[in-house]
Amino acid sequence: MRVLVCVKRVPFTGGKMVLAADSMALETKHLGFTISPHEECGVEEAVRLIEANGGESVVLTLGPAEAVEQLRDAMALGIDRAIHLRTDGSEWDPDATAAVIVDAIRTDESATGLFDLIVFGSESADSGGYQVGLRVAHALGRPAVTGLKGVKPEGGSVRCEQEVEGGRDVYVVPMPAVVTVKEGLNLPRYPSVPGRMRAGRKPVATSAPARPAARLELVRLVVPPGQGRRAEVLGSGAAAAPAVVDMLRKIGVV
Amino acid sequence: MDQSKASMETLTLARRFGGPVHSVRIDAIEPFAPDAVAAILALVADNLNASAVFAAGTDRGNDVMARLAARTGQPFAANCVDAEPGSPVSVTRFRWGGSLLESALLHSPRPLITVAPNTFSAEAEPAPIEVDVKPFVAQLDETDLVVRVSDHIDTAGGRVSLAEAKVVVSGGRGVGSKEGFAIIEELAGLLGAAVGCSRVVTSAGWRPHTDQVGQTGTKIAPDLYIACGISGATQHMAGCKAAKRILAINSDAEAPIMLNADYAVVGDLREIVPAISAELRKSR
Ligand SMILES: Cc1cc2nc3c(=O)[nH]c(=O)nc-3n(C[C@H](O)[C@H](O)[C@H](O)COP(=O)(O)OP(=O)(O)OC[C@H]3O[C@@H](n4cnc5c(N)ncnc54)[C@H](O)[C@@H]3O)c2cc1C
Repeated sequence: MRVLVCVKRVPFTGGKMVLAADSMALETKHLGFTISPHEECGVEEAVRLIEANGGESVVLTLGPAEAVEQLRDAMALGIDRAIHLRTDGSEWDPDATAAVIVDAIRTDESATGLFDLIVFGSESADSGGYQVGLRVAHALGRPAVTGLKGVKPEGGSVRCEQEVEGGRDVYVVPMPAVVTVKEGLNLPRYPSVPGRMRAGRKPVATSAPARPAARLELVRLVVPPGQGRRAEVLGSGAAAAPAVVDMLRKIGVV
Repeated sequence: MDQSKASMETLTLARRFGGPVHSVRIDAIEPFAPDAVAAILALVADNLNASAVFAAGTDRGNDVMARLAARTGQPFAANCVDAEPGSPVSVTRFRWGGSLLESALLHSPRPLITVAPNTFSAEAEPAPIEVDVKPFVAQLDETDLVVRVSDHIDTAGGRVSLAEAKVVVSGGRGVGSKEGFAIIEELAGLLGAAVGCSRVVTSAGWRPHTDQVGQTGTKIAPDLYIACGISGATQHMAGCKAAKRILAINSDAEAPIMLNADYAVVGDLREIVPAISAELRKSR
């Protein structure tokens, strides 16, 4: 079986959002970067599917030169090779992102054959557009199921479980198919040292597509006003317990 | 999610765009088949010459609107908290699950917009709507029925559900271990609360992901959220800031959560949490 997983490099923000001077991006000077969490689970799932069924797994990203770190991270977990669509670090809207991913998939598939499954995150951690996977699926004419917590190939089909209120909805669609997944699908493994070493030698195919004009055009980022809460300190240590219970009583919890 | 509340929020925003507001039920097709719903929406929007299409930013709302966007080749802005008509349309939308906002322009003859749930204040008393039900016969293509719900698994098993609980007792890295959650469970039991946790805890395998609160976990709005040994990272707060009240129990008086909490107890949660449980038992 052949599986492609598409990931996005995002900053690991801490207790506060700090904007760059032009308000067009986060100030990331002091931040680390990671694969967006939903897609981390996508990577793990792709690795497990190939371990179980044999075949090839490929990771793809659209991002700046540094995004090769996230591609190496994915390959350290067991992905076989990578496709890097390199940008100058500027914003790409979801529509443009999907368009170049479609081109890259068509090029790769014409050389190596169809991907049975193309895996995306439900939404990226930063821009949260909820659409790249569905746009790619539509362009390729493949069925797509979103927000999955379970992905199980069964013969020529894939059984998809989607978390909904009170349980899970099940979809069974024929492959090749596109799925978008959520954190909680699995518990991603930590990379091993040999895994990291192997990742350094795995191939990365790089190209730099031109950026189409944005139709969802970022104007500026704004940090939402805080909730203005200032904690009333009820005490410290175990001695604070009576004050806590008084508070619980006052607000009607007990 | 309260579907009717989400619908009211959506309607309130849609009204700003003038003209009559028409609506299509997101569950128009039973069992749910998102491509078919998108096909119906596309047809209805064309027939009515709709100036914009809105939906609630629920999982299904975002799913169907993205499919509509793909099939009509139009841009789509998910999880907006504001939208102003014009050409282009100006929107304000969620990034990072609401920890950051984005002002953006939507360049489209028919803007597609979903409304972030629980953020937009719906009109308190919405103006009465003239309901004009038009039977609508859609010719559905077989390919639009390939993706459809074929089964449902019930997982709600007697426990207080995290999303619905009035009180949530949550533990972070400060709890220290899987076993450390015994005191969190005990306090939750006494308060009839659900147990929550941070992502550090699920990544470590101390709790299942279904307990995770935050941007990539469950978003909750309880009456009281008790955060024990949780620093208050933006992605965690994205899941619990809708709580009416937050009590933080943390050994670090300067932890970011202190700026987001209403009450705080400073110190070691391994002493404080059992002391609160003991006090509750005493006062029974
Ligand atoms: C894209 C993205 C999405 C994310 N989504 C989520 C999400 O959905 N949910 C989520 O929770 N996180 C999420 N995170 C991770 C988030 O950024 C933080 O890393 C995480 O919330 C930190 O968890 P924590 O507060 O338990 O740990 P830490 O930040 O390590 O904080 C531990 C706290 O415990 C206190 N402490 C330690 N020992 C004790 C003790 N004995 N008694 C009392 N206090 C003690 C410390 O003072 C500290 O404040 C996400 C991150 C990214 C990049």
